[in-house]
Amino acid sequence: MKPELIKEVTYVPYSGNMAAAEAMRQINPDVVAAYPITPQTELMQFFAEFVANGLVDTEYIPVESEHSAMSACVGAAAAGSRAMTATAGPGLAYMWEVLGIASGMRLPIVMTVVNRALSAPINIHGDQSDMMGARDQGWIMLFSENAEEQYDNLIQAFKIAEDERTRLPVMVGMDGFVISHSIERVRLLPDKAVEEFVGEPKVMYSLLDVDNPITHGPVAMTDSYMEFKRQQREAMMEAYKVIREVGEQFEEAFGRKYEHIETYKTDDADYILIIIGSTAGTAKYVIDRVREKGIKVGLIKIRTYRPFPYYDVMDAIEASNCKAIGVFDRAETFGAVGGPLYSDVATAMHLRGKSYPMVSFIYGLGGRDTNVHHIEEAIDKVVQKAAGKEVPLINYLNLNE
Amino acid sequence: MAQVSASEIKVPPLKKLTNYPEKLAPGHRLCAGCGASIIIRQIYMVANALGYELIWANATGCVEVCTTIYPYTSWRSPWIHNAFENAAATISGVEAAYKALKRKGKLPTDKKVKFIALGGDGGTYDIGFQSLSGALERGHDFIYVCYDNEAYMNTGIQRSSATPKYANTTTQPVGSKSLGKEQHKKWMPEVAAAHGIPYVAQVSPSHWKDFMEKFKKALLTEGPSYINAFCVCPRGWRSKEEEGILIAKLAVETNYWPLFEVENGRWRVTYKPKNPKPVEEFLKRQGRFKHLFKPGNEGRIQELQEEINRRWEWLNKMEEMTREE
Repeated sequence: MKPELIKEVTYVPYSGNMAAAEAMRQINPDVVAAYPITPQTELMQFFAEFVANGLVDTEYIPVESEHSAMSACVGAAAAGSRAMTATAGPGLAYMWEVLGIASGMRLPIVMTVVNRALSAPINIHGDQSDMMGARDQGWIMLFSENAEEQYDNLIQAFKIAEDERTRLPVMVGMDGFVISHSIERVRLLPDKAVEEFVGEPKVMYSLLDVDNPITHGPVAMTDSYMEFKRQQREAMMEAYKVIREVGEQFEEAFGRKYEHIETYKTDDADYILIIIGSTAGTAKYVIDRVREKGIKVGLIKIRTYRPFPYYDVMDAIEASNCKAIGVFDRAETFGAVGGPLYSDVATAMHLRGKSYPMVSFIYGLGGRDTNVHHIEEAIDKVVQKAAGKEVPLINYLNLNE
Repeated sequence: MAQVSASEIKVPPLKKLTNYPEKLAPGHRLCAGCGASIIIRQIYMVANALGYELIWANATGCVEVCTTIYPYTSWRSPWIHNAFENAAATISGVEAAYKALKRKGKLPTDKKVKFIALGGDGGTYDIGFQSLSGALERGHDFIYVCYDNEAYMNTGIQRSSATPKYANTTTQPVGSKSLGKEQHKKWMPEVAAAHGIPYVAQVSPSHWKDFMEKFKKALLTEGPSYINAFCVCPRGWRSKEEEGILIAKLAVETNYWPLFEVENGRWRVTYKPKNPKPVEEFLKRQGRFKHLFKPGNEGRIQELQEEINRRWEWLNKMEEMTREE
């Protein structure tokens, strides 16, 4: 049995990778199969230390590739065990085929993605192209703004994944280096409390049950494939409710609030920024600064990216005095308008029959800094757009051009 | 590494073996004369006789496609298909889950189980090679079975690294400027043995006693085993459906498919034909080698014979070198 290390809420200076590894220790999964890749490597090293020192009961498989990491997780989850992994950028890209298998087979696997740019050119730094590229692979996707959120999101993830209404895998993203390697204050929860919150896994159709043999992953021909996919959509719609419920349970247990989106000063805002990940934190600071000058800006931070919280986003926009929106994408969609988040927000407006002036910002690709000035610059463009001035549809922040 | 000395456990006689319930249900869509279902049923005979429940991970391929067309399944054992290239990684996860849940006292059964990864030569020699090598190196307790029909048969006879030289395939076809595949077959069991795993064997369903003895050893082995099984493919080899076992026999009698094993580093050729037949005997019953019998191509057959001799000599040398004093 693993020892109890943390007995009460403890404030620690942790990096995102440390916080994620700590969450994995407390969840104590049955199987972890992982392959190291910058900037996730450290996370895997921390977890390997836990294994080496008997702090978890986990069967740890140091596989030879990310493809095998996810393949082993599929096998482990089908065998009725709790399986986790973690990866980044190209590692997630290499897993891509098996991501769809994990969700298609409705296996509740949980994975941290330390968001990293995709090659070429090769780049190890923060960027959300990896998860955005995998966004249609049927995984529930959560994003964290800081180390503590990564920790909290992981603790909530199995409850979301294993719910009978969902039975879908969950990936939780944090920006490479900016979150994964920066030391921040994290409030760790007691081991026992996490264990109780996460609870016992609900085993369904275990491959190890030789008395009730089940065939996992059969061939679905033209007469049944679409029905499987339709059920996945249904599960994802159910996940929208389950994520909210689990967030409420988490708040009740630990006093930390988690919703699909987080709004910051949107109620009286004339201008809304929509951001995913660590840059949302910088934006809050900038919003406070520009508000001193009388520019009323608010922020919508997306926590749940899939299923996309269309109504939450629109409710927040419509409850404000919104005159224009700036959508921040840390990923490209070559040949399409704006980034992936831009398209989702545009769809959300369409669903409500609304049309607000929108400006697309592409920022932070390959770890490019996005500091206070760049966000101020973006706000300036949103203000101009609201005033009916000509603003380019797509704007790159901190680009040498 | 065996838990019990393999010689203490006897595989029952054939008559008794045939009395066990079939765990690969009939009605699957494998072709008439296909070697794969014969291999699977022979595996089940040994497992049944020794009281093992099998849990399978099957790579994409003929067997997977033909036995599990939703909503039907031929498998009366737990079975999982993940993708083409990852049967070994998948079984790694299943085996790890087993170990973790066993340690926590959460297993649904206390029956004796064994994990098997099953793939064709595509899923083994080629696209699944990395996944297999990783799983062998990590030492999971499982048996990898390759049913080697020497090309990607499921999708229509595309060449693989298991295809023998000069065989006619759809991706290296015979033509006015081509005699088919240009390279010799990869020595896959030898590659598996190079991982230093406890047990490796090459088998043929035609020599079922040898097959069963070897599979028994694999079952009793703690850690990874690799079994390379000769799998006739009448469709892909352009051979007669009723001649499958005959061709398998000829493959062994010509030394084209040597029966051997590597047990804890000791190499042993388990069957040595007294008078090996010339390779023509094996080639002439298969349309894929038809062009080699046209005038002017005599040297090509000789070339194949030389490759067979080279491997045979190599195996016998390995046996000699690793013989117990």
